[in-house]
Amino acid sequence: MAIIETRPPSTVDTGASAPRQRRKRQRGKRERPNYLAGASGWIWLAVIILPIYYVVITSFKSQAGFFSSNPLLPTLEPTLDNYALVLNAGFTVYLLNSLIVTVGTVIPALLVSFMAAYAIVRGRGKFISFTSTVFLMGLAIPLQATIVPIYLIITRMGLYDSLLALILPSAAFALPISVLILSNFMRDIPGELFESMRLDGASNWSILWHLVLPMTRPAVITVGIYNALQVWNAFLFPLILTQSPDKRVLPLSLWAFQGEFSVNVPAILASVVLSTLPLLVVYIFGRRQLLGGLTAGFSK
Amino acid sequence: MTTSLEQRRAAVRAQARTAGPSGWFAVPALVLFAAFALLPIIGVVALSFTSWNGLGAITFDGTTSWRKVLADPVTLNAIVVTGKIMLFSFIVQAPISLLLGVFTAGIQKYRALLAVLYFVPLLLSSAAVAIAFKALLDPNFGLGPVSGIEALRQDWLGNSDLVLFVVVFVIAWQFVPFHTLIYQGGVKQIPRSLFEAAEIDGASRLQQFFAVTLPQLKYTIITSTTLMVVGSLTYFDLIFVLTAGGPGYATRLLPLHMYITGFRANDMGAASALGVILVVIGLALALLLQRFGGRDRSASQLEGA
Repeated sequence: MAIIETRPPSTVDTGASAPRQRRKRQRGKRERPNYLAGASGWIWLAVIILPIYYVVITSFKSQAGFFSSNPLLPTLEPTLDNYALVLNAGFTVYLLNSLIVTVGTVIPALLVSFMAAYAIVRGRGKFISFTSTVFLMGLAIPLQATIVPIYLIITRMGLYDSLLALILPSAAFALPISVLILSNFMRDIPGELFESMRLDGASNWSILWHLVLPMTRPAVITVGIYNALQVWNAFLFPLILTQSPDKRVLPLSLWAFQGEFSVNVPAILASVVLSTLPLLVVYIFGRRQLLGGLTAGFSK
Repeated sequence: MTTSLEQRRAAVRAQARTAGPSGWFAVPALVLFAAFALLPIIGVVALSFTSWNGLGAITFDGTTSWRKVLADPVTLNAIVVTGKIMLFSFIVQAPISLLLGVFTAGIQKYRALLAVLYFVPLLLSSAAVAIAFKALLDPNFGLGPVSGIEALRQDWLGNSDLVLFVVVFVIAWQFVPFHTLIYQGGVKQIPRSLFEAAEIDGASRLQQFFAVTLPQLKYTIITSTTLMVVGSLTYFDLIFVLTAGGPGYATRLLPLHMYITGFRANDMGAASALGVILVVIGLALALLLQRFGGRDRSASQLEGA
């Protein structure tokens, strides 16, 4: 338990449960409310919510209703036909593909970047500092610039039009930021803890499992969530590395639906809602983890 | 004898204590990165000196692709458009994210509630965002025609004078939440005591913002700016679905131009040359920002706080 309590100080909580002490002090002081900030805050909310509101209400309109109704008012005759249409157009296959690619990318990327971060933080030597430099440089290079050689490598490996073709480069691209965040957190673990475990004869694996993992859990969650978001929403790799509908992932399917349903805007927007739903569920139940993790990871 | 033995024992112990993992722990990550990131970077340079249609044989072709790419006015246009989008989206996003970050870091309950909703766009894919705005901005059935406001009755995505600003707006809509989150985290790390001290000195809210918040956020600003600027070299899916680069070449950014050249016009040599240009611009910008920031990224930001 003691170990968990010494988490890096930057794992900020998002909003709601700010330290009670601080709130009390604030309340005692009676700060003059900032009306300008408040008003701007609500205006920005409108900017953010309007498109989302529009997408959701439109997805329940019939096609005829869409052309004849006010786009900002919900329909009086909501229909689920659009959702049925999308679900019957192979949506579950695309959902499953997205799940496979996301899990298949995030878990291995997390594992290898965790090991690499440990080597970078605790190891010595030329090879390790070389590794560190490579990943730092990887952050600065827009890796999307390399789609042509990646296409070449994937086709020559005979992987074109497979889910593995998406997993391999996505996992590689996830490494620089993963290694950076994980090693930043590992650096905050006091060196004495490593030394005492060493003196007790613990192996590297045992140190990783019993010391490093518990102490960097917020960072591991951050990296996992951040990469999962990136991969789940990725468009470019699926576009250039897959072809057949049974290998299609969700973002690409949205684009395909757009071509397929062309003027049936409510159905296209229903596909947008359906593709976002899984992440929305994650957000509702894991908001604090998700936002707190992202903040901690990038504000370091 | 005994002293040297003891010394040796102490040395062994010290060594055991400080011994870290061997480099082997970094090998799996390095192999994966080498195969699908480093090799492609070398590959993109090599392929830019070849001629390849994406299917047949790859033949060495000297500087043909380079001369073609550099002589093509569309390339220069793509670089200019990319630069404009980068600049405008920075000008729009940076102040909004900074202010929203400070705003949502406040302890008021309604701000925490607003923050929950602000971050929803983080969940949407670029394709989803593009499709939503395409419907919303439709000149016949979108928001404009029914609003009754004549100024909103525009062909937002079909007018080459307007489209750039529409794209900047949509980009801001999608990415401001992420940067707000970064700034929120940064503001929450500023020690309360600094604000209290400023208040005792009689600093107004505005003075506190400029004298405490802004200087304390220096590194957060650098991080966010780097991600914003380098990130704007990777806008592809949003533009691809929203405008497909049009009308004409008005929104054909460098990554999109590369994709179209390689995978639509089947000129992989020229596409690779464009890829090299992208890599060079990205590296140059990152180095510039790094120098400007004057800091080792890996150093702890908390020291001295």
